[in-house]
Amino acid sequence: MARKRTIMIFLRDVRGALLISLWFMFLTFPIMVIKVNPIERTVVWRWDNMAYVGLLSFLLYLAGRQYLKYRERRLESSRRQSMEEKTKRFLRRLSENPVPAYTLMAVAGVFALSFPFVFSTYQTNIMITALMYVVLGLGLNIVVGVAGLLDLGYVAFYAVGAYSYALLNLHFGVGFWFALPIGALLGMTFGILLGFPVLRLRGDYLAIVTLGFGEIIRLILENWNEFSKGPSGISNIPRPGLFGLEMPLETAITYLYFLMIGLVLFTVFVVRRLQDSRIGRAWYALREDEIACQAMGIDKTRTKLTAFALGATWAGMAGVIFAAKTTFINPASFTFLESAIILCIVVLGGMGSIVGVILAALILILLPEYLRAFSDYRMLVFGAVLVLMMVFRPQGLIGHRRRTYTIKPDAGRSGNAA
Amino acid sequence: MDYFIELFFSGLTRGSIYALIALGYTMVYGIIGLINFAHGEIYMIGAFTALIVSTVLSIYNMPLAAILVLTVLASAIWAGAYGFTVEKLAYKPLRKAPRLSPLISAIGMSIFLQNYVLLAQTPDFLPFPPLIPEFAFMEPVSGVIGSSELVILTMTTSLMLLLTLFIKFTRLGKAMRATAQDRTMARLVGINVNMIISATFIIGSGLAAIGGLLIASHIGQINFFIGFIAGIKAFTAAVLGGIGSVPGAVLGSFILGLTESFATGYVSSDYEDVFAFSLLVLILIFRPAGLLGKSSAEKV
Repeated sequence: MARKRTIMIFLRDVRGALLISLWFMFLTFPIMVIKVNPIERTVVWRWDNMAYVGLLSFLLYLAGRQYLKYRERRLESSRRQSMEEKTKRFLRRLSENPVPAYTLMAVAGVFALSFPFVFSTYQTNIMITALMYVVLGLGLNIVVGVAGLLDLGYVAFYAVGAYSYALLNLHFGVGFWFALPIGALLGMTFGILLGFPVLRLRGDYLAIVTLGFGEIIRLILENWNEFSKGPSGISNIPRPGLFGLEMPLETAITYLYFLMIGLVLFTVFVVRRLQDSRIGRAWYALREDEIACQAMGIDKTRTKLTAFALGATWAGMAGVIFAAKTTFINPASFTFLESAIILCIVVLGGMGSIVGVILAALILILLPEYLRAFSDYRMLVFGAVLVLMMVFRPQGLIGHRRRTYTIKPDAGRSGNAA
Repeated sequence: MDYFIELFFSGLTRGSIYALIALGYTMVYGIIGLINFAHGEIYMIGAFTALIVSTVLSIYNMPLAAILVLTVLASAIWAGAYGFTVEKLAYKPLRKAPRLSPLISAIGMSIFLQNYVLLAQTPDFLPFPPLIPEFAFMEPVSGVIGSSELVILTMTTSLMLLLTLFIKFTRLGKAMRATAQDRTMARLVGINVNMIISATFIIGSGLAAIGGLLIASHIGQINFFIGFIAGIKAFTAAVLGGIGSVPGAVLGSFILGLTESFATGYVSSDYEDVFAFSLLVLILIFRPAGLLGKSSAEKV
């Protein structure tokens, strides 16, 4: 009997999958199948695409159903609880007895330090880009992940940093090390200028205003030729120097790589310290419940503004380094898509989780570099990742574990007995 | 003076297209309180469907009137289907999630749809055939208002009138208003809330698709990216009028269209988009509830 029932259920799933695949074949028919050339008035019918869509949606639906059933079954059985206990115990062991964590960190450290000497300059260059996104992701993580402010114009501050170095160098010959704090400061200033009026707004309005601001900055850079040289951009920006030493290209890239490692470590340090500080806790609290926060006497606007300005500071710094790395910038590097990629890193990594953001940045930036065949589908995948993560795993790859304190009652009792 | 009138009509035309898109934003926001970021992409898909269908039909030598009607129908139907599917996939599972989640999901959907069209069709601009013929009786005033502008204005005005009547008098429209007011209460009196939400998405998407078709045929070219800017501008219009309010969206759209038209005509066309964005930032700072919107304290 039971067997008959499972077959019945399976057949129902198949019927559902058939309907779904028919629906998607209909839905994607004009865009996927027909390709017209309006000038020569020719049509190409790509029926094979329809078959792919049908097959793919059929399989995905079946897989999705099986996954949901599996999850339900796991929820029902007590095995899930014991599983959870096991992971909890494992995590506790990890935090109480940090040897494996330290070993992991040591391995990662050795790998990071030896990277430019083992791999080619080309690989190192890609790694520098990935590290830049790590810094950007960690910066945006303060704003989106920790404080819960959806900033869609993050790239604007990045552009501010990049252009401040490029322009200062062009007009006044300012060097990299002097421009770095200036870029950071300018990023912060813009963050405060934008944040001050806007942060009183509700969350979703903030998203749109920051998006608009990002576009305004880009459009100004593109059209104000006397100021920014317009779409042709600024070239011949010097790489970072070291006490006026002349370096060959390879050494300069290795140097830049270690600079980025240093910046990542610095960022991780600052973010970690901030998360456990008074203001960090205020950010978490604000993210969870604004009204309760105000009742507890947290200055909402000031706390949000700090998060926003700090995020902008990091974007400004990353911008300066970006300009120094590529030695050429133009407004095309600062489109909304860039903001979307950084947001994707934060969401995939897990909002508020440092390790998660670092992992996500490395995955999202390095994978398309090495899987060239897939690089066309990069943005498609990024979009899908945002949706799927929100629907299936909102906490991200590695969810942020909030610092918690547990009272151990038996510890006290045993102390008394002794 | 002629220049002024020409700019005025071109502003009205722009405004009426923004209105068709803004209605979708405002209706969805009114019902589930979500900024549907993917709405601009639905508009773009509507325009693409129209281009594909009209080209295929014209190759098979259909009469112009039949092409026009079938194209409008096809693009509205397919855009409605996309709106429906997007809601089911990306927003429905997140109804009870924190506010940020559906918004991020919507952004993801928007990026996904853009790149879907980019990969399945083309990254380049495609020329859009002029679907609207030049009328003979418009000849004397062609200096200030073209035939396609006239068609766009009449078509959008009648669609908006129809929508208003629909929301005011039909059963479905009443159910929509009830759902917008209080979703739990609406469910309690027997309204199928999920169906109403789907219907809202379908209607909003259909309107956006017709807007996309009209403007594409007026401007003469489309690509996968047109939805982004149009979406933000229509959103600006919806916020300007007070998001959630249907007459507000129409008013806001006309104000935005006219502002843009005069600003580009008299000041500079380089900064066309900057005007719209600056307007958006200014309204949100000084009057976040919009012109016709009601400001309400957040409920706990």
